[in-house]
Amino acid sequence: MALGAIIEAVCFYAFAGVLIASGVMVIASRNPVHSVLFLILAFFNAAGLFVLLGAEFLAMILVIVYVGAVAVLFLFVVMMLDINFVELRQGFLQYLPVGALIGLILLVELVLVFGAWTVAPDIAAAAAAPTPPLAQASNTAALGGLLYTRYIYPFEAAGLILLVAMIGAIVLTLRAREGVRRQKIATQVGRSRADAIEIVKVRPRQGV
Amino acid sequence: MLEIGLAHYLTVAAILFTLGIFGIFLNRKNVIIILMSIELMLLAVNVNFVAFSAFLSDLAGQVFAMFVLTVAAAEAAIGLAILVVYFRNRGTIAVEDINLMKG
Amino acid sequence: MPVAAVFLPLIGSIIAGFFGRWIGDRGAQLVTCLAMALSALFGIVLFVEIALHGQSQTVDLLNWIDTGDLQVEWALRFDALAAVMVAVVTVVSTMVHVYSIGYMEHDPSIPRFMSYLSIFTFFMLMLVTADNFVQLFFGWEGVGLTSYLLIGFWYDRPSANAAAIKAFVVNRVGDFGFALGIFAVYFLFGSLQFDAVFGAAPEVAKATLNFLGHDYPALTVTCILLFIGAMGKSAQLGLHTWLPDAMEGPTPVSALIHAATMVTAGVFMLARLSPLFEYAPTALAVVVVVGGTTAIFAASVGMAQNDIKRVIAYSTCSQLGYMFFAAGVSAYGAAIFHLMTHAFFKALLFLGAGSVIHAMSGEQDMRKMGGIYYLVPYTYILMWIGSLSLAGIWPFAGYYSKDTILEAAYAAGTGVGLYAYWLGVLGAFLTAFYSWRLIFMTFHGEPRADREAMHHAHESPSVMIWPLVLLAAGAVVAGFIGFNLFVGDGRGDFWRDSILVLPGHDSLAGAEAVPFWVAKLPLGVGILGIAIAWCAYVWRPGLPAWFAAHFRALYLFLLNKWYFDELYDAVFVRPAMWLGLGLWKKGDGAVIDGLGPDGVAETTRGLSVLSSRLQTGYLYHYAFAMLIGVVVLVSWYLLVQIG
Repeated sequence: MALGAIIEAVCFYAFAGVLIASGVMVIASRNPVHSVLFLILAFFNAAGLFVLLGAEFLAMILVIVYVGAVAVLFLFVVMMLDINFVELRQGFLQYLPVGALIGLILLVELVLVFGAWTVAPDIAAAAAAPTPPLAQASNTAALGGLLYTRYIYPFEAAGLILLVAMIGAIVLTLRAREGVRRQKIATQVGRSRADAIEIVKVRPRQGV
Repeated sequence: MLEIGLAHYLTVAAILFTLGIFGIFLNRKNVIIILMSIELMLLAVNVNFVAFSAFLSDLAGQVFAMFVLTVAAAEAAIGLAILVVYFRNRGTIAVEDINLMKG
Repeated sequence: MPVAAVFLPLIGSIIAGFFGRWIGDRGAQLVTCLAMALSALFGIVLFVEIALHGQSQTVDLLNWIDTGDLQVEWALRFDALAAVMVAVVTVVSTMVHVYSIGYMEHDPSIPRFMSYLSIFTFFMLMLVTADNFVQLFFGWEGVGLTSYLLIGFWYDRPSANAAAIKAFVVNRVGDFGFALGIFAVYFLFGSLQFDAVFGAAPEVAKATLNFLGHDYPALTVTCILLFIGAMGKSAQLGLHTWLPDAMEGPTPVSALIHAATMVTAGVFMLARLSPLFEYAPTALAVVVVVGGTTAIFAASVGMAQNDIKRVIAYSTCSQLGYMFFAAGVSAYGAAIFHLMTHAFFKALLFLGAGSVIHAMSGEQDMRKMGGIYYLVPYTYILMWIGSLSLAGIWPFAGYYSKDTILEAAYAAGTGVGLYAYWLGVLGAFLTAFYSWRLIFMTFHGEPRADREAMHHAHESPSVMIWPLVLLAAGAVVAGFIGFNLFVGDGRGDFWRDSILVLPGHDSLAGAEAVPFWVAKLPLGVGILGIAIAWCAYVWRPGLPAWFAAHFRALYLFLLNKWYFDELYDAVFVRPAMWLGLGLWKKGDGAVIDGLGPDGVAETTRGLSVLSSRLQTGYLYHYAFAMLIGVVVLVSWYLLVQIG
């Protein structure tokens, strides 16, 4: 067996194993901060898997966006909210058998599908956007070429979605604090001479 | 076993997806876990897409995975914003206390 | 003119009824009395024309029903029988209308009263001039309706309402029999026209009806069913319970409806259908038995009553029994003769009683009257005239009509005829007794009313006295004037085809040939009755009380009307109420409502409560449900589609 294949296999199992383990820890750990950290670990390992698959652009994006933004966001929120360490409640065990059964069924079905399934022979012809060979363009370049030409509309739409999400987040969480004085620019600008100045005839020795 | 094929990646994705689902309804602690479980599920889906893209030499899969990523980020932001506002109003994010929709 | 005679009361009723508010009390009284007077005038002219001069006519008005085999017309049949009835009804009704002006003077709803009286007269006239069974039934139902309205005229009295409903319901029982009879007539004859039916009667007399596997003689069954209708309307034994309670209505109502006209509709019906009944001798025998028993029953109860109107009501019931058994022995002429004389003297008695009640400030209990004959002299004299006529004392009208009936009963020669004769004689004795009991208790002796009432007692105004005088005139002379025409030798020319008497049944012919003692016995017992009443109520006033104390059971039996009301209450009323209550509460309420609206609503509510438990409010429950759904879908897809 080729060395490359062995290394590939080892890397795969390592990444996959840690990925799954940290996934388990995300939902099982008691401290929410730990959960978030394990989520970050999961993202890193998924990025590793992506690299193995030759999608290095996506792997980096995963790290930058998911870990750098989303997971950090989670961390912010977790730390901002006053969350107590919660003991594992009794109800957990009540659902476990049924949940485990369901999960098992799902898993078995998925595996069955994988096992019994073959690739169609002429699948290459049905590709929506065939990957150019590495000599021609790197992954990033190929993706860029595809994204800004054929998928420009979904791209712009994604941008809009992000804009809307940003506005939505602000709208949801913005609150006006009581007692904070703010400038009302419109009132200031709309002030007329009559409001501002009052001519008073001042008598000597009498003041205003 | 050693020859890493499509099935392996798909299995990993399946297990991750299942874990995400478990995280939603086996969790009794707080809502953040639910949001994180959703991220796990989306991650599993991404792995699926990229695996297929690699093995079928079709870049459309990766493009789609990018969009999924975008939407997941947006959704995480909004979800957390809602969570923050909810916490402001109710003072708790324990899952059992969130039953205002009880019919 | 015939049309006017029948429809004038209707017009008067409509004007008074609908426009009473605009024309006022006086206007309503004027319109109705004028319409009735005109109608009475026409009625008398028609009587002279048709009955005396023999010009029968049938006036076709409208086509009513015309479907396939059933043809029914609105038509007025004016033959001798109808002419007699029209004359009697219109004259007595006019008297009552005029009397009501005075009697109901202080009533708040005068236009309504006058309107009801007039429309009753209209229905009665439709009944007697009917040319077919359906029109007869129309008039029949109409008088029943107006009877209900008039009995319950003072509708704020619960006793009046109850009495009105009782009258209507008991009448209904009779009407049910009548309706079955009409159906049988149509079934047997194929037509409801009197002429067609009468013509075909001899053939149908041999037919049989098959019911539940047995054959019954068709005409007998039909006639008995028709007679049941007559029993209800004319308060014969069994369906009589409504008549005494009907005294809840104002006295003019009692006079008009429950003495002179409505209750005699049954007798009229029997006379009108004589062509049918003559061919059903069994039915006639039933009529005789029922009539005779009623006569004696009512007379016996009348002896013990204390309400002045009730005594006269039972007297009416008794006299109707006489009329019925007269018809039963085929002496239809005698029955109608007695109907006419009875209309006069009974209306006189009732209106006179009304005058007494008016004088005694509304008191009706005879135990609280007495010693007022010098205060109300006219009323007193008129009551004597009425009572003499009722008791059958010569030369008053009742003598001629009642004695003829008894002679005919004897002359019929049948067992039932003799049964009726002896009961009739006993009844004559009791009639005289209770009539003079009434007179002596009301007018003679020591005053038993309190000082206030005695001080207030006064004679009635002339508007109330004059109708009584006219009626008294009838009660005196109608007998010997009408004798020859109605029941004597002139009866053949008088009645002509309006009454049929088969040659073998002609008891009136035999009535002239009965032994002397048979003919004079009723007169004798009548005088005996008066004498005993004088003994008991004037000479030795303590006698009745002694009698009541020593024959307590008999006295109570008579006082409580032979316990008929209690019997009916136990046998019919209570079970009906129990059934109704049960069906309502359990049947309608529990079963139908339970399965229907209430049940559906309850089930919906229950199911929705169950369903709402799915909405726990917990997100993970929802997610779990979604997951289970997904798993099910995938499993189904895998197992079923792909296999």
